[in-house]
Amino acid sequence: MSMLSIRNVGKHFGGLQVLQDVSFEVPGGSIFGLIGPNGAGKTTVFNLVTGLLQASAGTIVFQGRDLAGEAPHLITRLGIARTFQNIRIFKEMTLLENVMVGMHHLVDYGPVALFFATPTCREAERRARERALELLSWVKLDHKALLTADNLSYGEQRKLEFARALATEPKLLLLDEPVAGMNPAEKDVLMDEIRNIRDRGYGVFLIEHDMRFVMGLCDRIAVLNFGRIIAEGAPEEIRNHPDVIEAYLGREDDAA
Amino acid sequence: MLEQQLVNALTLGSVYALFALGFTLVFGVLAVINLSHGAVFMVGSYAAALVVTHFEAPLWVGLLAAMVISGLIGLAIDVVILKRLRARKAPHLIPMIATIGVTIVITSAAQGLFGVEVQRFPEEMLPAGDFTVGDVHVRALELGIIAVSFLLMAVLFFALRRTQLGRALRAIAESPKAASLLGINVEGLFHLTSFTAAALGGVAGALISLNFNAITPFMGQPMLHKGIAVIILGGMGDIRGALIGGLFLGFAEVMSKAYISSQMGDAVAFGLLFLVLLIRPSGLFGRVLERKA
Amino acid sequence: MEGFSDFWSTYSTLIFTVGIHALLALSIWLTLACGLLSLANAAFMGIGAYTAALLTVNLGWPFPVVLAAGALAPVLVALTIGVPTLRLSGVYLAMATLAFGEVSRVIILNLDVTGGPEGLNGIPLVTEGWHIVLVLAVVGYGLARLRRSRVGRAFEAIKEDEVAARLMGINVDRHKLFAFTLGAGLAGLAGALNAHYTFFISPREYGFENAVDILTMTVLGGISSLIGPVLGATILTLLPELLRFLHDYRLAVNGVILILVVLFLPTGLWDSRRIRAWFAGRSQK
Repeated sequence: MSMLSIRNVGKHFGGLQVLQDVSFEVPGGSIFGLIGPNGAGKTTVFNLVTGLLQASAGTIVFQGRDLAGEAPHLITRLGIARTFQNIRIFKEMTLLENVMVGMHHLVDYGPVALFFATPTCREAERRARERALELLSWVKLDHKALLTADNLSYGEQRKLEFARALATEPKLLLLDEPVAGMNPAEKDVLMDEIRNIRDRGYGVFLIEHDMRFVMGLCDRIAVLNFGRIIAEGAPEEIRNHPDVIEAYLGREDDAA
Repeated sequence: MLEQQLVNALTLGSVYALFALGFTLVFGVLAVINLSHGAVFMVGSYAAALVVTHFEAPLWVGLLAAMVISGLIGLAIDVVILKRLRARKAPHLIPMIATIGVTIVITSAAQGLFGVEVQRFPEEMLPAGDFTVGDVHVRALELGIIAVSFLLMAVLFFALRRTQLGRALRAIAESPKAASLLGINVEGLFHLTSFTAAALGGVAGALISLNFNAITPFMGQPMLHKGIAVIILGGMGDIRGALIGGLFLGFAEVMSKAYISSQMGDAVAFGLLFLVLLIRPSGLFGRVLERKA
Repeated sequence: MEGFSDFWSTYSTLIFTVGIHALLALSIWLTLACGLLSLANAAFMGIGAYTAALLTVNLGWPFPVVLAAGALAPVLVALTIGVPTLRLSGVYLAMATLAFGEVSRVIILNLDVTGGPEGLNGIPLVTEGWHIVLVLAVVGYGLARLRRSRVGRAFEAIKEDEVAARLMGINVDRHKLFAFTLGAGLAGLAGALNAHYTFFISPREYGFENAVDILTMTVLGGISSLIGPVLGATILTLLPELLRFLHDYRLAVNGVILILVVLFLPTGLWDSRRIRAWFAGRSQK
């Protein structure tokens, strides 16, 4: 049973057709990769899934539920979390606060409890704080929990975004170019961390340019070119697929 | 009678359009809501009146003085304040707040220098005479105001649409970064735009104060509000919108004053503005606020 | 005791005004904390003031009820206009709130029941100093609790990056509406309290200039903590008194302050981060 079904999805902006008849299935408990040359429309797919854009055609179904017309915050509450290509952490908040924001819809208390600082409220805050520290320790940033996020290096900011996405208790994690700007050692570490995530039961759906990373990590891969899916399957199939090779012809710099 | 009101409306509307054009120019090119536009409007009035009264210069010199002095103030604001904020990449609201501060300073200075009583142009300096076309009685003054307004607007339209300079400005309005990569002197054009916009505001002030023959330090505020109403009606950053919005507001105001009640004139502007914001915030011809860097 | 009584009778009005302004500055703080610039809070203050004053003068209702009504009326108005206008982004919202403020002022100016341009006279002097102290204490406490809660974190997130906030599961529209309406309520409460202290109110007190005054106080003080708005209100209320000798140019000071703060001290006078960093730097010497 697939977790996320993209069926015949199309998207156009004015006269520009960005996605056309895009279909693929993202299974649960696995790592799914979406690759393709620059401008193929990959981030648009993410924007559609997370509700930042509405599809012009087709359906997107998550765990049996049609996501059409749903607001982004509701889609997050349904269990889809996302990181961004150009990291969007909250730079003026501490790491701890960043991760705790991710837990917003899980920390439940009303205004009265809040005003009177009731035990329920304090307990909920305490648990949220603990969980946030736990997530920060997963990405080995707990020692910096009280620093403001703009003090972090680029790689650390990525990890923070990761932890924050996990804080929303997603069932499916969307990662937009998670290893951009990383050196090979860091990429290997991230590959292990993502496998860990999958083994803990989360689904992972990622967009990436780095071929070695994608081939080494993903269980299944789909390839997008000029807004259309040109191939889908296991890494070995994709690696040798003639259409895929042709799409990337002359783009050897991507296969780093 | 109706025709008479139409003439009033055209007079008022053309000046509103002129004022709004300056406002929208700054918004379109600099992406700043310049709330000091009302203050330079007021300064223009005083400048014209002073030149005409104390130097006994002809009216057109007064108008020129209004343009130059207001323009210089607009330029100063850009160089001293807005440029620094641009360097800092301050979010949109910050320059707006700074221009509020400028307005307070300028208004207060005018209050201190000229007092709060209403100033007027000397009667003999105003163009006398009127024309009668059928039932319609048009003062030479009104004709002059309409002529000057439309002339200035025509020059502006021509410059924006048909000259290299205008193309450069429109490029900057799309994307300053791209424009500078094309070799356009973006900072220089920001300065020029600030000067020009304030000059238009200043001459609008002079023209309005001639129409009503009244100048006070506080005349900038209500005009600013009307300018905001116009550019939201017409679409922020859109030149045609400023023209049509200005004329429309002039008509709406004069008609409500004439046929509903004299106090409702102001309320009409804001009521309309509010409705437009709720229904179609981008206005008649509007463009989206967020533009590419 | 004697000395205190003398001090109080001379300066009580000033101190009270500081309190009212602090409450208003906090109402603006609330909206700015969420990334919203509302230029309508002076109008909301006016709506609260007139509602409360009219209820007291015409219907003789008890003071606490009248205060509650004064806070509630602008809340209802804010709810009505907030739903459509909060969809607008920063500058459009500011313009819409400015427009709304002007429309309110014109309406009040033209209604007979409000006394029109001459204003409303003869409001019973019911407010006492301790009222404003109590209200400020409760409001201050409430807002401090808010900041440390998930709501406060949500506000901060929305202010920094609305899109990212949505993806955290935060219902951004609802939070913005909450900040806007609660801010309106606080402003209305300030108006109601003030009306019963100053005996007389007129539409001139609730216009754009007043909205700018409040904004200046908040911007001067800084929005990184609740102390900022209170500090800004205190300084800008007391400053004109100290600068009486400048006469007409007194108001120019507000403008200059606004410009200087925006240019050189964008986070305001009281910036907790800057202060903490300063202390950290000193302790290392």
